[in-house]
Amino acid sequence: MIRAQLPVLQVVIPLLAGPVCLLLHHSRLSWGLATSASWVALFISLALLDQVLITGPISYELGGWAAPWGIEYRIDEINAFVLLIISGINAITISFARASIEHEVNEKRGHIVYTGWMLYLSGLLGIAITGDVFNVFVFLEISSLSSYLLISLNRDRRALTAAFRYLVMGTIGATFILIGIALLYMMTGTLNMADLAARILSVSDTRTVKIAFAFLTAGIGLKAAVFPMHFWLPNAYAYAPSAISALFAGTATKVAIYLLLRFFFTIYGVEFSFETMKLDRILLPLALAGIFVASTIAIFETDVKRMLGYSSIAQIGYMVLGVSLVSVTGVTAAILHLFNHALMKAALFLALGCVFFRVGSVTRGDLAGLGYAMPWTMGAFVLGGLSLVGIPLTVGFISKWYLIVAALDQQMWWLAVLVLISSLLALVYVWQVIEVAYFGTAGDRSVKIKEAPAALLIPTWILIIANIYFGIDTSLTVGVAGRAAQALLGTAS
Amino acid sequence: MLGLLTVTAIAIARMDQLFAAVMLFGIYSLLSAALFVVMDAVDVAFTEAAVGAGIATILMLGALALTSREQHAVPRSRHWIALSVVVITGAALIYGTLDMPLYADPNAPAHLHVVPRYLQQSMQEIGIPNVVTSVLASYRGYDTLGETVVIFTAAVGVIGRLGIVPEGVVESKTGGMEHHLILRITAKLMLPLILLFALYVQFHGDFGPGGGFQAGVIFASAFILYGLVFGMRSVTRVAPSIVVRTLAAAGVLIYGGVGVISLLLGGNYLDYNVLGDQPKDGQHLGIFLVEFGVGMTVAASMISLFYAYASYKREE
Repeated sequence: MIRAQLPVLQVVIPLLAGPVCLLLHHSRLSWGLATSASWVALFISLALLDQVLITGPISYELGGWAAPWGIEYRIDEINAFVLLIISGINAITISFARASIEHEVNEKRGHIVYTGWMLYLSGLLGIAITGDVFNVFVFLEISSLSSYLLISLNRDRRALTAAFRYLVMGTIGATFILIGIALLYMMTGTLNMADLAARILSVSDTRTVKIAFAFLTAGIGLKAAVFPMHFWLPNAYAYAPSAISALFAGTATKVAIYLLLRFFFTIYGVEFSFETMKLDRILLPLALAGIFVASTIAIFETDVKRMLGYSSIAQIGYMVLGVSLVSVTGVTAAILHLFNHALMKAALFLALGCVFFRVGSVTRGDLAGLGYAMPWTMGAFVLGGLSLVGIPLTVGFISKWYLIVAALDQQMWWLAVLVLISSLLALVYVWQVIEVAYFGTAGDRSVKIKEAPAALLIPTWILIIANIYFGIDTSLTVGVAGRAAQALLGTAS
Repeated sequence: MLGLLTVTAIAIARMDQLFAAVMLFGIYSLLSAALFVVMDAVDVAFTEAAVGAGIATILMLGALALTSREQHAVPRSRHWIALSVVVITGAALIYGTLDMPLYADPNAPAHLHVVPRYLQQSMQEIGIPNVVTSVLASYRGYDTLGETVVIFTAAVGVIGRLGIVPEGVVESKTGGMEHHLILRITAKLMLPLILLFALYVQFHGDFGPGGGFQAGVIFASAFILYGLVFGMRSVTRVAPSIVVRTLAAAGVLIYGGVGVISLLLGGNYLDYNVLGDQPKDGQHLGIFLVEFGVGMTVAASMISLFYAYASYKREE
């Protein structure tokens, strides 16, 4: 019986844990509750993925009302995979959070952090799991509002401006999405995704439906920080508390990219998105511009957290690039990179969290000599960085490999070359940090820097090991991503 | 009326005086509420009037009290980027409307697909006359749970950011207006009526326009009025901030808890049919409880927003 209710428990457990965290009014207790809820959510998502792979898509009727009258949860390969990414990254980062948050956030606000954290988690999971477009919007609101809160809780007052800018941009994005959904409802009379996909065909040549498409693309693109709608991201990541940065880097934009896939492929369909609207011709240049511009800015950025933020924008470019190739391999590469990038970026941000815990700064110059003072932390950073560049035996290599294969499949050898060149840019910005950490001369520090505590190192290293494990054994990730891409493109056998 | 709306919107955009802009926002909300009435969307109009024209104005004034009344000039170059984005968006919207079904067209897709079941069967399936409430609280009850959580999140956000009022020591910056005799007497006369009206709206949602959202806002406005006139010290004696915060969380838990109970009784999440002996009884009980949860969270969230603004002190 429990098994049949897993879809709703996936979202409702963190959703109700949020208010309870507020009521507990105690930092440690609410952390304990939030962490337990997070690990339960991870196990539920594993069970769901397992079930989807065996039995095919799961449907769950909320309130017992059949779709399209009621709200339906619908889980297939792709969102089961996205649920796993979110809950996995979340479980690791929240385990990391206790020591780090106590260090970075005013103690009186400890329980507020975990309240917001749980709401954020349930928001993302709710977006990923649902089969109803208005339900997407509701949970998008929950996750957005709580993410503004989480950023602003940092002691650093610059976090306030960062959170405010994110709030303004995020609200515009959400409004666009709402307009798009409303227009779709007006033309089809339904909010259920599967139902929309069926009914949109008869009205797909109306201007209203096309404009709805434009609003949805722009709105979700803003949320996903697709170039050139990325301005909010670097500061939001840089000034959030460390554990939160890692959480966002691994989850926030991933869900938005998932939504893009959902709207382009499931609801509007390949034919409308890429033949009528010629979306690939817009996405491809934007993706390339994003990769190169953001990587170049990252090279000149001295705040390492901001550097990683720009790097994220470039990595989102790779995902969009995969989508714009409109082939099974391309979309597989995009979905793979969702998973792989979540692993590497969260690991890097956690390593920086360790640095910040001991050094109190993540400016490049302040990292001088840390390779020897904090060998485990910087070791993690080096491995995560190599994964970001795409060295073989790491997950970064796997994503780039599939992306290049997809480009070559379509005789776009120049694209493959560009992907390789962009990896060199990543090598440059990662190397700059490594160089300072290992070969830079540490100035006269008054206090000797110690290695970060095990409570921070263990979660960081779990992610690093995952980076290498999934770089070697790709059967799970490539298998699921491939099946998801086939399902999206409608070529499943 | 649309013309009036446009004029107000332009006036807001051109206004440098933030105080006046806030007032115009109130007018804008009231106008749109009237427009919704014309369109026969009474429930929406009610919410807009209570939230947009009522609480939102007060909260914006609260925010203004913490900052300044004037806005700073923005470099002109930024204007052009912003203007072009706005123009493109507006043009896109107008372009999109060209193929829309006509207003009040009975054959519009929106009226033909899911709506007929809501209109025709809600009485048998749920058994309450107000279809808006049955869609809101039952057919799409899960969305409403989400919206309640949104409001809760917003309240947590403001409480978390503006700092938590230390228990017992309430800095009485907004010292109240006890010395204004007329205000005091009028407020005293109004308060019981407002509270009574809030309760009516809360429990009448099954039959006419109303429900937890509107009732919660009206309920909260009574407390805010009390706070404004008699000062923070008096209002926190009636409703200490810790109690208010607890109620905000408890409202969400009531709503979510109804879902958990229906799980335990063997139904799907938020399936009210299993709550009673007869499905309709279950629906009645379920809707009653979730509306109660909504009202509680909304009222408590609004009051704590007001507290947070009114007693904010810069820290560190």
